[in-house]
Amino acid sequence: MVPIAIDNVTLEYDTPAGKVTGVKDVSFDIGASEFICIVGPSGCGKSTLLNVIAGFLPPAAGEIRIDGKAVKGHGMDRGVVFQDFAQLFPWRTALGNVSFGLEMKGIPKAERDKIAREQLRLVKLEKFVDSFPHHLSGGMQQRVAIARALAYNPSVLLMDEPFAALDAMTRDDMQLLLADVWRATRKTVIYVTHNVAEAVYLADRVIVMSAHPGTVQADIRIDLPRPRDPLSLEFVDCQKQLMRHLGHKVSGNGAGH
Amino acid sequence: MSDTIITSAPKTGASKNNVSMSDQSKGRRSLWRAGVVLIIAACCYEAVARSGYFAPALMPKLSLVAQTFVAMLLDGTMIEHSVFTLYRVMFGFLLAVLVGLPLGILMARFAAVEGFFLPLVSALMPIPSFALVPLFMLWFGIGNLTTILIVFYAATFPMMFNTWSGVRSVNPLWLRAAGAMGADENALFWKVIIPGASPFIITGLRQAFLRAWIAVVGAEMIAASDWGLGWVIFDAKEFLNTDVMLAALVVIGGIGFVFEKMVFGSLEKATIQRWGMSRVAKG
Repeated sequence: MVPIAIDNVTLEYDTPAGKVTGVKDVSFDIGASEFICIVGPSGCGKSTLLNVIAGFLPPAAGEIRIDGKAVKGHGMDRGVVFQDFAQLFPWRTALGNVSFGLEMKGIPKAERDKIAREQLRLVKLEKFVDSFPHHLSGGMQQRVAIARALAYNPSVLLMDEPFAALDAMTRDDMQLLLADVWRATRKTVIYVTHNVAEAVYLADRVIVMSAHPGTVQADIRIDLPRPRDPLSLEFVDCQKQLMRHLGHKVSGNGAGH
Repeated sequence: MSDTIITSAPKTGASKNNVSMSDQSKGRRSLWRAGVVLIIAACCYEAVARSGYFAPALMPKLSLVAQTFVAMLLDGTMIEHSVFTLYRVMFGFLLAVLVGLPLGILMARFAAVEGFFLPLVSALMPIPSFALVPLFMLWFGIGNLTTILIVFYAATFPMMFNTWSGVRSVNPLWLRAAGAMGADENALFWKVIIPGASPFIITGLRQAFLRAWIAVVGAEMIAASDWGLGWVIFDAKEFLNTDVMLAALVVIGGIGFVFEKMVFGSLEKATIQRWGMSRVAKG
């Protein structure tokens, strides 16, 4: 059985001018512990697709199956990390945020705290367990968000441009950290980005989408050994290959850096 | 006196670690400033009182006011008046919270409730509670019931209105994140919506109490008999006891200050300031 199957998913928006197709007939499979990046120009529906996988939006047609079960609404088999730092609950400490999902599961407090502390150690925030989000930098807040999404042990981690609002230097550190976390946890990750270098650095496979309506344009395997060196020739070749795929649809020299 | 005006607040380029410290020293400084301003105001009053512009019976010297104040404290009357006023204000205020808070939440969550209450709030909120006192007196007589109902009227709408805005302002991303982590309706309400709306709810409590406090003194002036700080002032007028009036005013100001700064101030400090959410309420 395929761990995650995205099967002919179509999504429509209601606009004043009538129905607009955001995503059209998207299909691909994802293997267990695979790190998938979805790359595409803005407006290609990559975030929308992630929201459908998360269960926040119902598809107009097609379905998504996780371990054979069709997705209906959100569920605890998926953890979600958003782009916006404001996703954390400001009234809870880092520890309180991370233990939220465990609390919902009904796990007793002592065990909750223990697991949450482990997760915070995983994202190197063990010194900040008792800090409130507004005392943490943007990068730290996103690390708390990752720990929070991992804490209740979902099999899939969905990430919607989690580092897009960070400065370039912090973003590099975060990519490194995420690669480590992924290696340690072996979660299946679906990661949406418009940053080609980020996709090549992180992904096992990159799904390239094109816009209006959003369709899968290419499905590219990145076979570079890890940890990857962004300055190596092979890395740059991969980037060029992705850019070419994007360049067919995007004017100029494509997205990314 | 002169040294107070010169002290200008140094620019605090505070890093995140010493925010609480600079907050503390800022608080102490503003307390000092408030004390000095009060002393200046008292001096101005004393200068006018001594100038002989008003007859001494109409504008007593501060020493006499202080004497009366102490005497009324010692014989217990001032405390008893305060207890009556506090009873009425707390009763009305708590009633207003018990009604306004749930109604505000329901308004924000159900369009039908909002459609019914929003026009009502908009129409009734601008009516000064004091304007209703004569009518309430005819309906409910003189005494606790009327004053409590006036307080209730004054405090309910700000409570309702702020709660409504607060629940509406809850970041949808929090609801999404909580939903993804398995929160059911009950958990969403208690663990996301209520804390998320807390900056506005606390503003509501604050405004409601302020209005309640103004309302209770006004209502007591004409709708209370024998007891209450408002009644004391109105009663003292009959006998030209301006020293008593001023002493009661000091108590009214003092109690108001204690609630505003100490009760609601510390509530804010323990919650939304600690969470870095105080900016949200002001925006």
